[in-house]
Amino acid sequence: MLIEALLAVTFASAFAVLLAPEKYAGRLAAALSLLPLVGSLYAYATFDASGNAVLGGTPAFETTAEWIQAGAYTIDWHVGLDGISLPLVLLTTVLTTLAVVAAWGDVSERKSLFYALLLFTEASLLGVFSALDFFVWFVFWEFVLVPMYFLVSVYGGPRRRYAAIKFFVYTNVASLVLFVGLMALVVATPVTSFEFGAIAAAVRAGEVGSAFGLAGSTITAVAFLALFFGFAVKSAFVPFHTWLPDAYTEAPTAVTVLLAGVVTKMGTYSLLRFNVTMFPDLLREWALPLAVVAVVTVLYGSLAALAQRDAKRLVAYTSIPSMGFVLLGLVATTSYGVAGATFQMVSHGLLVSVLFLGVGYVENETGTRMLDKVSGLADRMPVAAAVLVAGAFGYMGLPLMSGFAGEFFVFTGSFAAGYANAPLVTAVAMFGIVVVAGYLLRLLQRVLMGPFEAPESVSAVSRRDLAPAVVLVLLSILLGVAPGTLMGMIQNAAGALVGVLGGGL
Amino acid sequence: MELPALTPQYVLGLAALLVLAADALWPTDRKNSLLAGIATLASAGSAGIAAWFLAAGVGVTPLSRFDGALAVDQFALFVTVIVGSVAALVSLASYDYVRDEPHRAAYYSLVLLATAGMSLMGAANSLVTGFVALELVSLPAYALAAYLKHDEGSVEAGLKYFLIGALSSGVLVYGIALIYAATGVFGFDALASAVAGNEHVELLGVGIVMVIGGFAFKTASVPFHFWAPEAYEGAPAPVSAFLSSASKAAGFALAFRVFTLALPAGTLADVGVPWPVVFAVLAAVTMTLGNFAAATQENVKRMLAYSSIGHAGYVLIALAALGGPAETFVVGAALAHLLVYGFMNTGAFLVVALAEQWGVGRTFEDYNGLAREAPVACAALAVFLFSLAGIPVGAGALSKLFLFLGAVDSGLWWLAALGVVNSALSLFYYSRLVKAVWVNEPEGDFDIRERPTGIYAAVIVAAVATVALLVGFGVVSDAAFSAASVLVGA
Repeated sequence: MLIEALLAVTFASAFAVLLAPEKYAGRLAAALSLLPLVGSLYAYATFDASGNAVLGGTPAFETTAEWIQAGAYTIDWHVGLDGISLPLVLLTTVLTTLAVVAAWGDVSERKSLFYALLLFTEASLLGVFSALDFFVWFVFWEFVLVPMYFLVSVYGGPRRRYAAIKFFVYTNVASLVLFVGLMALVVATPVTSFEFGAIAAAVRAGEVGSAFGLAGSTITAVAFLALFFGFAVKSAFVPFHTWLPDAYTEAPTAVTVLLAGVVTKMGTYSLLRFNVTMFPDLLREWALPLAVVAVVTVLYGSLAALAQRDAKRLVAYTSIPSMGFVLLGLVATTSYGVAGATFQMVSHGLLVSVLFLGVGYVENETGTRMLDKVSGLADRMPVAAAVLVAGAFGYMGLPLMSGFAGEFFVFTGSFAAGYANAPLVTAVAMFGIVVVAGYLLRLLQRVLMGPFEAPESVSAVSRRDLAPAVVLVLLSILLGVAPGTLMGMIQNAAGALVGVLGGGL
Repeated sequence: MELPALTPQYVLGLAALLVLAADALWPTDRKNSLLAGIATLASAGSAGIAAWFLAAGVGVTPLSRFDGALAVDQFALFVTVIVGSVAALVSLASYDYVRDEPHRAAYYSLVLLATAGMSLMGAANSLVTGFVALELVSLPAYALAAYLKHDEGSVEAGLKYFLIGALSSGVLVYGIALIYAATGVFGFDALASAVAGNEHVELLGVGIVMVIGGFAFKTASVPFHFWAPEAYEGAPAPVSAFLSSASKAAGFALAFRVFTLALPAGTLADVGVPWPVVFAVLAAVTMTLGNFAAATQENVKRMLAYSSIGHAGYVLIALAALGGPAETFVVGAALAHLLVYGFMNTGAFLVVALAEQWGVGRTFEDYNGLAREAPVACAALAVFLFSLAGIPVGAGALSKLFLFLGAVDSGLWWLAALGVVNSALSLFYYSRLVKAVWVNEPEGDFDIRERPTGIYAAVIVAAVATVALLVGFGVVSDAAFSAASVLVGA
């Protein structure tokens, strides 16, 4: 019942904050967001799961209850956590609390609604990562969309409406396509429940029959592509990424943290749950084209980031190559690849948030984000500068920070992947790291180094504002020094998956 | 003590008389709350009793009344739950809406009589009772649409509705007469056996087509839909809610009964009316036309009106799938959708009623920034609209899903695909209204002096129900499927 309790507490907190007076909304939201955080830490401490929840392993905190029995179809309330979902649940609860704190100085009007929407997003994300039934998953998946739309469109920057509509249309079309894809699969298999495990078992056993006048193999392929498309839009792989820079740039910092830190992970997490877990054969068959998508995402994203003059847009673009690395790890179908990709999701969530918070400091203090308008901030805001440097270095893959561990696992796994020319593809993708380092160093050099220049006077960032970023850097170092804190459980779930995929290292 | 099977209908009819009596006995100006109270309690009571009957298993074996002319079965009870709930919401909201109007007692009693008629449409077991029940709905509905008699729009709405309604009643009754001419019976059970192998094929065929036309009018389906936007736009907003939710559900209920019990697909093979095909085409055209027209509207009420035509198209899928392999499933899904739709569509229209009370204009621009002044109502509006669009914040997503799954299982996967595309399109215009109230800046100041208690209460109840039905959809679908199995006997 732990998951239900987490969901109930978070939803109830959202309503409580909505009704709270404007003045106290921020503090109340922060206090209430500690409840799911503590709950998820308790889940971590008492975590007891074996194997992969979709492949017949035993998830922790599992509940199954009959929900809807309609005709031949059953929809069950089925939730549980395994080694792949728990890290993302932890990421969600940690980032939400920090985002709430980070928003204190940022949001000045309609606060109750703002914090309520943040908590509502958190609850929905927890649902996405713990659902083990397709329909439950889909409900939460769509739930995320609504508060995000309002958060961007009501509280965002000058082009917020355009950005919000674009985000909404893109991701909703994607949801629809993946929904139709999965429905086609369910209709074409003898499966009558929407259980992840049941669907996966049926597809892997080749029980997809013909339907709609199409052969079973065609339906499987179409479903695979439809699902991939849906998740690719959500995770913003090139060429489905164009909503991302707009939404990230226009959203207020706290919302960007959640968007970049967790919402895009919904895409890669689901890619792992659906495409990788349910269609191992197709995945192996199409590994090379998908890896090419990953490489293009890495290179295009990092080159586009190089061209940005707006610091926030630059950081927004940095997110794209990182998601490319995750995809590269997933299609490798090796133990290191899949586990590394999962680890990288968490690591990227932490580090990209540090960068966005850092850019937020710059914007708050100087009133601009344009790289050519500010320089030499390191003297005026030393601690914030140090945090920004730490975040950037973690992002570049500095050893002993989580970014290094994640990318190291991904590349190790990807080199050993089974598809043709895997080492070559990986090597090309690795070139992306160099570009990433290049533009991040350029960002640091422009903004922090050199003679001081800014449109306004600049003072040091307050401790309260700094706290979230410092916590994130510390967490990143913790994961870098001791990746085992998460890697053990991830490998437990990923190993079971790789066993099915038949991959190696 | 055991209540008679027709208690829900008795409650409604007696309450209508009670409202008139109360008006005659206490002719003061301050009895609006009494009248609204009676109407709301009676409607909610009849829905509640029907729900209780459903749960207690009344009508699991159908109870036949009046020599088989009415049948109280799970299906009839389910329909009563739908129309009773909508009528309760509408009566509650009308408390504020008609407060300053004359002839309030007539208004409430018309609502109650129409509701009684709707619930009888769900119980009709003969073409005659079906027609009488339908007219019991139509006549009050014409008057209700024209209720604001000093408002040109309202009068025009009533007149248009009446003219087209009278025409379609004529068509329907002529169709019934032709069917009677061919078979010599009115009762549904008798018809089913009389139709099989009937020699008057042409007569029957023309009759059936005319009956389909009559139902298409009542449910605002293409090609008899064009009255709906005009009538819904001009009518008082609670009446629009009532007509587009409850009256439509009742129309479908009667259509389901006729086309499963009286004229089932199997026996019609020789008549030469390929009506599953007819309904499939109607469904496709109705949902597409309704949604496209809704997408181009500038007026909020017209947008909701056209979108309700679109929703009629989704439900028509169920008629098209009758006789197919998944007919129980599809009819059950349609019933569940009608129930959910009753809450979300009524709720959306009631938010419009609220805006009308405040003198907010009619176009999307006029609604800009309304959420700043009325966050609770606008949050509810967002729930209704997203649920109508099929985003699972409310039960609309589930009921639509099952309708489409039912279509796929019946081999009508092209209709399901079209439905999905239409749902996606609908999100554009629904979210446009959500965006207007929540995101856009207000152009002027709103003059919101008061918070009408009745409408607010009704909106909140509808919103809570829309969300609660998502969680409790299992209960709804169980009831809906057992109701459907009465008709198709699976």
